[in-house]
Amino acid sequence: MLFTKKQMLYATLGLLALSLIPTLFPGYKTSIATEILIFAMLAMSVDIMAGFTGRTSLCHGAIFGVATYVVLHYVTVVGGSVWVGALLGVLAAMVISMIFAALAIRTSGVYFILLTLALGMIVWGVCLRWTSVTGGENGIRGSVAPAWLLNKQNLYYFVAACFAVVTFGMWKFVNSPFGLTLKGIRDSESRMRTLGYNVPLHLFIGFVVSGFFAGIAGALYAFFNSFVSPSTVALAQSVEGLLMAIVGGVGTLFGAIIGAILVISLENFVSLYTERWLMVLGFMFIFTMIFAPTGVLGAARNFINSRQKK
Amino acid sequence: MKRRNFIQSLGLTAAAGAAPWVNTVQAQTGPIRIGLLSPLTGVLAAGGKELVEGFELYWKQNGLTLAGRQVEIVIEDDGSNPDMALQKSRRLVEQRNVHFLMGSVLANTGLAISEYARSSGTPYFIPVVAADELTQRKAVPNIVRVAGYSASQMPRPLAEYAYNVKKVRKIVTISQDYTFGHEQCGGFCQTFTELGGQVVQQFWHPINTADFSPYLAQIKNAGADAVFVMETGADANRFIKQFQNFGLQGKLPMYGAMNLTDQSVIRTLGAEAGGIISSAHFAEGSDNAATKKFVAEYTAAYEKLPSIYGFSLYSGAMWIAEAIKKINGRVEDKTALLNAVKSTELTNSPLGRPVKLDRYGNPVYDVFIRETKVRPDGKFWNVPIEVYPSVSQFGKYDPEVYMKQPPYSREFQGIKKS
Repeated sequence: MLFTKKQMLYATLGLLALSLIPTLFPGYKTSIATEILIFAMLAMSVDIMAGFTGRTSLCHGAIFGVATYVVLHYVTVVGGSVWVGALLGVLAAMVISMIFAALAIRTSGVYFILLTLALGMIVWGVCLRWTSVTGGENGIRGSVAPAWLLNKQNLYYFVAACFAVVTFGMWKFVNSPFGLTLKGIRDSESRMRTLGYNVPLHLFIGFVVSGFFAGIAGALYAFFNSFVSPSTVALAQSVEGLLMAIVGGVGTLFGAIIGAILVISLENFVSLYTERWLMVLGFMFIFTMIFAPTGVLGAARNFINSRQKK
Repeated sequence: MKRRNFIQSLGLTAAAGAAPWVNTVQAQTGPIRIGLLSPLTGVLAAGGKELVEGFELYWKQNGLTLAGRQVEIVIEDDGSNPDMALQKSRRLVEQRNVHFLMGSVLANTGLAISEYARSSGTPYFIPVVAADELTQRKAVPNIVRVAGYSASQMPRPLAEYAYNVKKVRKIVTISQDYTFGHEQCGGFCQTFTELGGQVVQQFWHPINTADFSPYLAQIKNAGADAVFVMETGADANRFIKQFQNFGLQGKLPMYGAMNLTDQSVIRTLGAEAGGIISSAHFAEGSDNAATKKFVAEYTAAYEKLPSIYGFSLYSGAMWIAEAIKKINGRVEDKTALLNAVKSTELTNSPLGRPVKLDRYGNPVYDVFIRETKVRPDGKFWNVPIEVYPSVSQFGKYDPEVYMKQPPYSREFQGIKKS
């Protein structure tokens, strides 16, 4: 069976919540919700690497942004169809992931972080300097979404549908035998190698799959934002994705969704009241680390587990 | 506080924070709401603050009512970042229900906001964003450069002045490597070479260059009569200092794009800031009565001489206030608002002479050639030494013909081969 009863219940509740959002939060808040879903996908793709493979990546923002760039470039500059553009965007993200994976996968720990950081910075540098294709500092502007997606609600439902599929896909992936192997590698690389697993190949595929999901999020971001500039592929983007995963709980997958909700809504509420909203965000991260080092969902899980034991 | 209490109160605070988000009332009448975007964090934070100051000075002087309606100003930080600028403009329009947007500094943030303005039809007024394209090849009816200027507009008279009056024949240029730099340099080089001058060499450096010595050595040996310098912010500051340290001050005449000698830069400099010639529509050292009055008022309010940012937003506020009065405060009617803004001729501007827009939504100015001179209090300011009347964004070119040439870039500088 695809789901257990309990999972069925959660999935139904989740889908219900997704479908109710435009009614509960109309107008501007719907577009915030759309943004949250897109970044939740990015954060989850980061979590596949950080949480399930034990490789903390700082280049997923760049992979995400490459997809955005390709979609916008293909549709506004080349003048092609948006769906082909989206496909090319995701493909480009995968190609970039393959290159990055090939270069970075044999390292781990701090070296992996540094290497992915450098690779991400290269993408940023290329986007900044390759003016004829990327528009340099000014980026590429233009509405790419087809007419029926220009409506905020429709765009939301479209993104939500993609989100549901992608989330299901990721969940299936991390719980598949392949995903379990990745977990095994995370816990002990040498043990997995001794058991006869091809560790680099597993890591390579894991990285590319994670890049594929980040690419989908990036392509959707092009629909949502109608604009891309080097700040979309900048380090800050990768860090934001990682922070969302950490706040929600690394290694929980769904925690990344909570992280995205927290970070993006805080960005939007707090800055209504103070210029120093970045400080508030900083405090939130500090408090999360002090009171819930395993993230919001991680802490909740620990809490429930300790209750059940009693 | 116990941990549990702490978490509880944290939860309560979060809930309280969420409350205003849940019930926003969509008001159709009520105050006129203006959304002002300004880089209050990021690389341009200092300039962004002056932008807000200039804007607020106007409302402090004239009160927050227009045609019987209250005026509400909503200020948002664009973070000097295009993605954030886009997000904030969305929020200003869709959540805070502002009637129009105004502000921002960088070309990239300005272009991002314009994209949103274009697709949503929200009027957007840009007193500082100078990207040529916004009022030229990619002009959009609802984006108007109220009290602003386009990048290549100002350096053209400077090129004429350098060639005709100062008899400069060979020039070397150095500029920040981004659109604003490409356009300002292009405006200068095209006019200069069409007059018969020669551009011996061009240098482009990334924004935030700490050490200019490699460039200065080459500039010194380029064999030019003068140097044209396009720098903004901290780069401008560093360049002027290092130019003097290199012993070039007084030996190689320096012509600057307007931001090089803006008050935001030379305010903190000493003798090294003297004797630089630049061109702009505003000169704080002008002896025009209206300008003097504005400078005195601004200095009284903020204890510093006004920069181009403060001046532009002050005039911008004045301009839209005039327009809104003309339509009796009916800002909901976007077309009427835009028409009123476009047809307004600003007669009481701090420039002391009337300013109006051209057909493409960019103001036509009398452009001053300015020289940095020392004041009695030891500070430097820009004093007009020559004026070129009625300079439009197209200079002496026919708009239709001009717009057929490609936009200025690192590759295309409009240089005429002799």
